Amino acid sequence: MNGTRAVVLGAGIIGAACARELALAGLAVTVVDRGGPAAATTSHGEGNVLVSDKGPGPELALAQLSRELWPTVLAQVAERSAEGRRAVQAAEWDPKGGIVIATTGAGAHSLARFADSQRSAGVRAEPLAPEALREAEPYVTREHTAAVHYGEDAQVQPAGAATALLTDALAAGATLRGGEEVCSAVVRGGRLTGVRTTRGLLEADLFVNAAGPWSGALAARLGAPVGVEPRRGDVLVTTPQPPTVFHKVYDADYVGAVGSSEEESQTSAVVESTRAGSVLIGSSRRRVGFDDRLRPEVLSAVAAKALRLFPSLARVPVMRAYGGFRPYVADHLPVIGADPRLPGLWHASGHEGAGIGLSVGTGRLLLHLVLGQPPPVDAAAFRVDRPAVLRPRPYQQEEAP
Amino acid sequence: MPAARRVAVVGAGPAGLSAAQAALAAGARVTVIDAAEEPGGQYHRTVPAAYAPRRPGHLQHGWRAFEHRRRRVLAHPRCTWLPQTSVWALERPRPGQEGPPRLHLLCSGPADGAGRPRRTLDVDALVLAVGAHDRVLPFPGWELPGVCTAGAAQALAKGERVAVGQRVVVAGSGPFLLPVAASLLDAGSQVREVLEANTAATTARGWGRRPWELAAQAGKAAELAAHAAALARHRVPYRTGRAVVEARGDGRVEEVVTARLRADWSVLEGTRRTVAVDAVCVSHGFSPQLELPLAAGCALGERAEPGSDTAGTRASGPSGSRGAPDAFVRVDERQRTSVPGVFAAGEITGIAGAAAARAEGAVAGWSAATGGSAPRDPGTRRALRALRRSRDQGRAFAGRLARAHPIGAAWPGWLRPQTVVCRCEETDYGSLCAAFATEAGAAPRVAKLNTRAGLGPCQGRICGPTVAELRRRLAGDAPDRPAEGLPAADPHRRPLAQPIRLGELAAPSAPLTGPGHRPEEESSS
Repeated sequence: MNGTRAVVLGAGIIGAACARELALAGLAVTVVDRGGPAAATTSHGEGNVLVSDKGPGPELALAQLSRELWPTVLAQVAERSAEGRRAVQAAEWDPKGGIVIATTGAGAHSLARFADSQRSAGVRAEPLAPEALREAEPYVTREHTAAVHYGEDAQVQPAGAATALLTDALAAGATLRGGEEVCSAVVRGGRLTGVRTTRGLLEADLFVNAAGPWSGALAARLGAPVGVEPRRGDVLVTTPQPPTVFHKVYDADYVGAVGSSEEESQTSAVVESTRAGSVLIGSSRRRVGFDDRLRPEVLSAVAAKALRLFPSLARVPVMRAYGGFRPYVADHLPVIGADPRLPGLWHASGHEGAGIGLSVGTGRLLLHLVLGQPPPVDAAAFRVDRPAVLRPRPYQQEEAP
Repeated sequence: MPAARRVAVVGAGPAGLSAAQAALAAGARVTVIDAAEEPGGQYHRTVPAAYAPRRPGHLQHGWRAFEHRRRRVLAHPRCTWLPQTSVWALERPRPGQEGPPRLHLLCSGPADGAGRPRRTLDVDALVLAVGAHDRVLPFPGWELPGVCTAGAAQALAKGERVAVGQRVVVAGSGPFLLPVAASLLDAGSQVREVLEANTAATTARGWGRRPWELAAQAGKAAELAAHAAALARHRVPYRTGRAVVEARGDGRVEEVVTARLRADWSVLEGTRRTVAVDAVCVSHGFSPQLELPLAAGCALGERAEPGSDTAGTRASGPSGSRGAPDAFVRVDERQRTSVPGVFAAGEITGIAGAAAARAEGAVAGWSAATGGSAPRDPGTRRALRALRRSRDQGRAFAGRLARAHPIGAAWPGWLRPQTVVCRCEETDYGSLCAAFATEAGAAPRVAKLNTRAGLGPCQGRICGPTVAELRRRLAGDAPDRPAEGLPAADPHRRPLAQPIRLGELAAPSAPLTGPGHRPEEESSS
């Protein structure tokens, strides 16, 4: 593939992971972003690397591949960098494990069934007896009905992880062009051969749409619309605390909220500590277009659910809140592969809230598809020509004028 | 007769109280909100105090006028006074709908475990008058105990008669250094010297050949002269073109290194001197508190020039350094911001002192109460003209001030790689240089997450402008444009304007009801 020119559209963590794989495989890679790298969705996420929230199926397989790749990829980045381990320090890789907690009888039942099904797919999901839970998370509520420990769940600092991946891609020969927006497609003989940008014409053999929540709009600009829409998520950050939360702890409702398509707000608690001692509290999911307004009542609902898990956090000050837009697809699966309508165009998008964790697996999968090699996981479910992507239910403004 | 307009005024300093008074006079129902227990608290502590008279007689005079206004405003039947209340968030109306944001308040309440009650307030117009705080540039050792902002030192000295130290150096830039030194002398400190970083030539150019004329217009000359006299009485040297470029000590400051500076604040080698101290007070001007204006969606720009119809047109910022203007809230002649129904007054529109803030506040309050339409009766028109004149004088003074005391572009030359820039997270200058030199990590938000500068408890209130300035120098043109839907990177953006306990946030909020603002029967809107 030496000499093949690839343009990755979007310098978020998905674009960085794809660019890195393609550049290491010898392609001539250019990464284009209309803003700064990792400045949008990537740096407004929590940094989940989860297997626990996915049931058996293609997305879990991609999550397992990614989970396996993360430590290796970061070790390789460090190895290849003159800075060594410092090059991946800001990624704050932490295989802390996750604990899912049910607080109702029905919740306990469905959590147990869900964990059973995951175990059959090779996930490490260990039920925790009350005393084991207390030992693992001394401050968690006593009012729980079941708990499952997922040893594979991990966390990264998303901006740091993306910086590490993209820096490695650049070291492997990729070029970064920031502050450049794609305006239109250049199609010759039915094939995408170039894009016109705010700085001129950019020609290549293949183009990867990795524009996250904006990839629907970008694809439409290129003449091949895909059903990727923004879904808003909000996160709370507390002042640094003495160690209180030791795993990624979330309520079993989270799995339901991840799988929901409701336009109204879905909230569930995901509580964890960062290396600096702050407690991160997510999350909400709202389909409100690109509406960036702060919604205190949504934050309030997130806070209330977090306190159900950790009542002792009531007096802890929240010092910051941030929200981002996640790339949502109606069937909750990412879009990874070639666009059959427009040869030359590829997509790597639609990961919603799981994109940080799934990025490295997505990059690896895309590379295999580009090279025409057997993919490491079954990519059929992520194909572009599926109803949710090609015929999305039109987004209805939640609050019609 | 139409129902009286509901106006919320955030900040009860000179601008805010003046806005409330004018809005009440124009018939509005007014809610005044301040985080402090008493109105005007900041007036005696920070910016306006910079130009306030120090001598007791003068102070008493200012106090009487203030007391008078305070009584008239807060006791007014159409006014509701909410002390110890913070605006923790502003919620903008739905896209496509105009009007001021909904205010989310944390009110003072019984100090029980449940925390402060959360309230919401909907109004027809919002006046933001939240003021400014000290700006301090970093230098090696500035994180040591004993190094404090001049504003904090003055608050201690004036408010509690506590001196920050026995042997103190006051350093930085601006006339605020004088009253700070004077109050330290009052509190019994030995002020070793007062150092103005700008050279005599710079300050002279800024103030012009006849500075007293302008100063007299703004009512400042006598005050500054009094402070200078106090310094002279105590034989305190006042040196220009010299700065504290390092603080040293074992566990707390024991000595400072001062050095002569060129006009651009680069150090003249061979001029370093060591001075034994147990405290050093630093001020490099003031930083407007912009989190609420940004949360409301107000456009920022450079300081307004007197007489210009719209702000934001001035060519060069007061900092005088490479395209790094100090941002202020853009307002028009009637103190309207870019957001319909939101008005701004005081230091957030430009650091101009208490007199200008009062005038701006009155214009803002009047505009807020009347919806900003032009007044019909000649008396009001005359009064507004006079207010604007007074405001313009204040702004002219502010312009001179900014030109006389710019921040020299070469100050980062004081820094060493291990110099702490973000004191909360102990991020050093070297890490910031490395982050901004990383092509893949130079976006402001990304560099912030990767270096942690600005992520600590003060949320970048101290280091934010400094880090943004360093980024402009080190990352050059690296793009920082936001994507659709995301706000522009801004060191002042803090969607949570105040910390809120998780328990307070989790508790339900209720609309604020009462005589001064929203009566029950109107709640259907």
